[in-house]
Amino acid sequence: MKRILLNRLLQAILMMWSVGTLTFILVRLLPGDMAYKIAAGRYGDDAVSTAAANAVSAELGLDKPAFQQYLHWLWDLLSLDLGNSLVSGAPIIVELQNQLSFTLVLAGCAIVVAALIAFPLGMFCGVKADSGWDRASLTMSTFVRSQPVFCLGLLLIFLFAMELKWFPVAGYGGVPYAILPVLTLAISLAAVSSRVVRNSTRTAVKSAWFEFSRIKGLSSRRAFVRHALPNILLPALAFMGIQLIGLIEGVIMIESLFAWPGIGHGLSHAVFARDIPMLQGTALVMGFLFVLINALVDVSYYLLDPRQQEVQS
Amino acid sequence: MISGPFEPVSYDPASSGYIFSRMQVIETLVDVNDDGTLRPGLATGWQSNDDFSEWTFHLREGVTFHDGSTMNAEVVRKSLAVAFGKPVPFDASLVKDLTIPDAHTVVFTLSQHYRPFPSLMSNYTMAILSPASFGKFNRTTALIGTGPYKITDFQPPHNISTVRFDDYWGRPGSIKEVEYITGHRSETRALMVKTGQADIVYNLDPAAVEMLKSDDSVSVFSELIPRTTLIKLNLDDPILADRSVRQALSLALDRTGIASGILRVPGIEANQLFGPGMGVWYMNDLPPPSQSLKQAKALLEQAGWELANDGVRYRNGKSLEMNMITYANRPELIIIATAIQDQWAQAGVKLNVHMENSSAIPSGHTDGTLQTALMARNFANIPDPLGILLADFTSEQGGEWGPMNWQNPALFSLIEQIGRETSEASLPAQARDVIRTINDDLPLIPVVYYMQHSAVSDRLQHFSFDPYERSFRIADLQIRSEP
Repeated sequence: MKRILLNRLLQAILMMWSVGTLTFILVRLLPGDMAYKIAAGRYGDDAVSTAAANAVSAELGLDKPAFQQYLHWLWDLLSLDLGNSLVSGAPIIVELQNQLSFTLVLAGCAIVVAALIAFPLGMFCGVKADSGWDRASLTMSTFVRSQPVFCLGLLLIFLFAMELKWFPVAGYGGVPYAILPVLTLAISLAAVSSRVVRNSTRTAVKSAWFEFSRIKGLSSRRAFVRHALPNILLPALAFMGIQLIGLIEGVIMIESLFAWPGIGHGLSHAVFARDIPMLQGTALVMGFLFVLINALVDVSYYLLDPRQQEVQS
Repeated sequence: MISGPFEPVSYDPASSGYIFSRMQVIETLVDVNDDGTLRPGLATGWQSNDDFSEWTFHLREGVTFHDGSTMNAEVVRKSLAVAFGKPVPFDASLVKDLTIPDAHTVVFTLSQHYRPFPSLMSNYTMAILSPASFGKFNRTTALIGTGPYKITDFQPPHNISTVRFDDYWGRPGSIKEVEYITGHRSETRALMVKTGQADIVYNLDPAAVEMLKSDDSVSVFSELIPRTTLIKLNLDDPILADRSVRQALSLALDRTGIASGILRVPGIEANQLFGPGMGVWYMNDLPPPSQSLKQAKALLEQAGWELANDGVRYRNGKSLEMNMITYANRPELIIIATAIQDQWAQAGVKLNVHMENSSAIPSGHTDGTLQTALMARNFANIPDPLGILLADFTSEQGGEWGPMNWQNPALFSLIEQIGRETSEASLPAQARDVIRTINDDLPLIPVVYYMQHSAVSDRLQHFSFDPYERSFRIADLQIRSEP
């Protein structure tokens, strides 16, 4: 297990350097004068002018050679300083803490709720494969998945906020605000992951080893829990790990619909405003999270699957 | 609770002052009436010398900042000195010197005569802040203003919480706590007011307005604001240098279709630069604009542009093809741009629309690459149109959000003359001359005026909309007592 973690740590360091460098290069390759875009982000559409852009350029040293700016950034990174936002002037680390914690809460809760929906539903459909229930669930998940998550969110708002008046429409500041965005994301995630669970359940209960465990006299419940469950969990876990990553990056529609102050929103604005330190900081943390989640999936594989432990030892 | 699309990014008034002004946290020396005329703000009065090169402002006495300190001339000088060091919506070199003869008077010495100077002092970037607002390098680290509400919490760019300031110099508000939350989408804001989660929502789109109009617990307010959707033209371009081509392009526009079909507000078709409600600068006897493809085609023919089999006009082997840039932050612009693309195509003009960031307009103006642009020009920043005309319509250089490479020396000197004039009597006639000349020469093509929609919960009374968008007028609101 140590080796897994050490490997991932090395990966994380390499990734942080490469992602930061790539972001730096890519942003510079985008068309248009950076100083103008930053000025538009800072002062708004009505107040962006050449004078404002020149002031921004002088203040931030954008006229210095790119290489010099890159070395400056690398040095700051080594001293664990992510710099200040070019738009708001606030330290990146503070902005990230703020926005990322909101997104992590949203994504974390969504994945847990998605698991709570996907596992029982998927296993039920897997055991009753090709039944009416199974087909209904397939239709439902295709329906949910085939429309933008944005529409699903609006439907939930109409139902729970407008008709039933149970939860607020948008905003943040307490559990009630989180419920609709979490539910929207969770339903959309569960639509796919329930099918993954259903398929691995079906493979498990149809397998020779499962049949054998039944023949050797285990009750269907014990056979399921002891033999089928670990085999169902493995692919589902790997899939949800990947889903979680995609989720953190892809929540922007949900964040903007529910006015949720997360990273997706911050990131898109940073792109428009060419807020390079913000982009680099976000990309770094995202990349780091990617490695971290992969490491966690690895570790849980290691713990769940005895074969892994044999290979490793 | 109030919700709008505006995203306050920092405390800096140069950057987010417009929202803090609307939340009534900060105030300026000069305030603006609904008709664009000026009224006393933190200054009780002002006057200039004979040639408008020196302006004296008398400060209001007994004004307290949110930190308990008192406003005086020294504080005002410090606050404005910081403000002049940041981007402002006028030429920052205009103010040469700022002196304080006594504790309640500030005197601005200008580098040139400037008649509309007081209107500049109404801009949010000129807000008066307590010295404790500024940190190292004069960064705005807190926002300690003089308004009837003070900030209790600020989470950029999502949320501003304020509480009533009990030592306010004017009439204090009746509502104790007010929160602003950024609602990024118009749909979301509409639903927020519909469910009672928000009490006032601003900047609604036509679809949301339709939905809210059928709701009994919400009132929708629609008002014209001093903003005009215009087509900016580069008159150095060989196609656009020709006045008859510009006239043809204007005639080919179906403004009624754009107003009723896209914006769903009939009657906002623009036939001149400034909209109604801009005093003498609006000519109310001009005929409404009407589309005439026949005339447009005839003008283009006369100018030598012949229609070819591919539906596009050509002159000397060169096609009548142009680029138009517009920007995404105002979602209606791209739709209007594609409508214009279609309308001009009917006259044989090929238009390529490019979606950009708003900064592409000043940058394209400065480097000369811009050909045409569709933009929503804000005229409320400097409420006196004369200020806008003096800045944008007195040289060939034009203005980044105004004309480009337009030459009309007679008009330029007329506007400069108005800027020097000491009597108000001749202004109406002169203003008509200016507007008529701009309309004839068409350095910019006006498309539609701007209707702003907001919705208010019936829980509130005494709501009014500030067309200059300087204030949400929270201090005037009252919560209706339960029946």
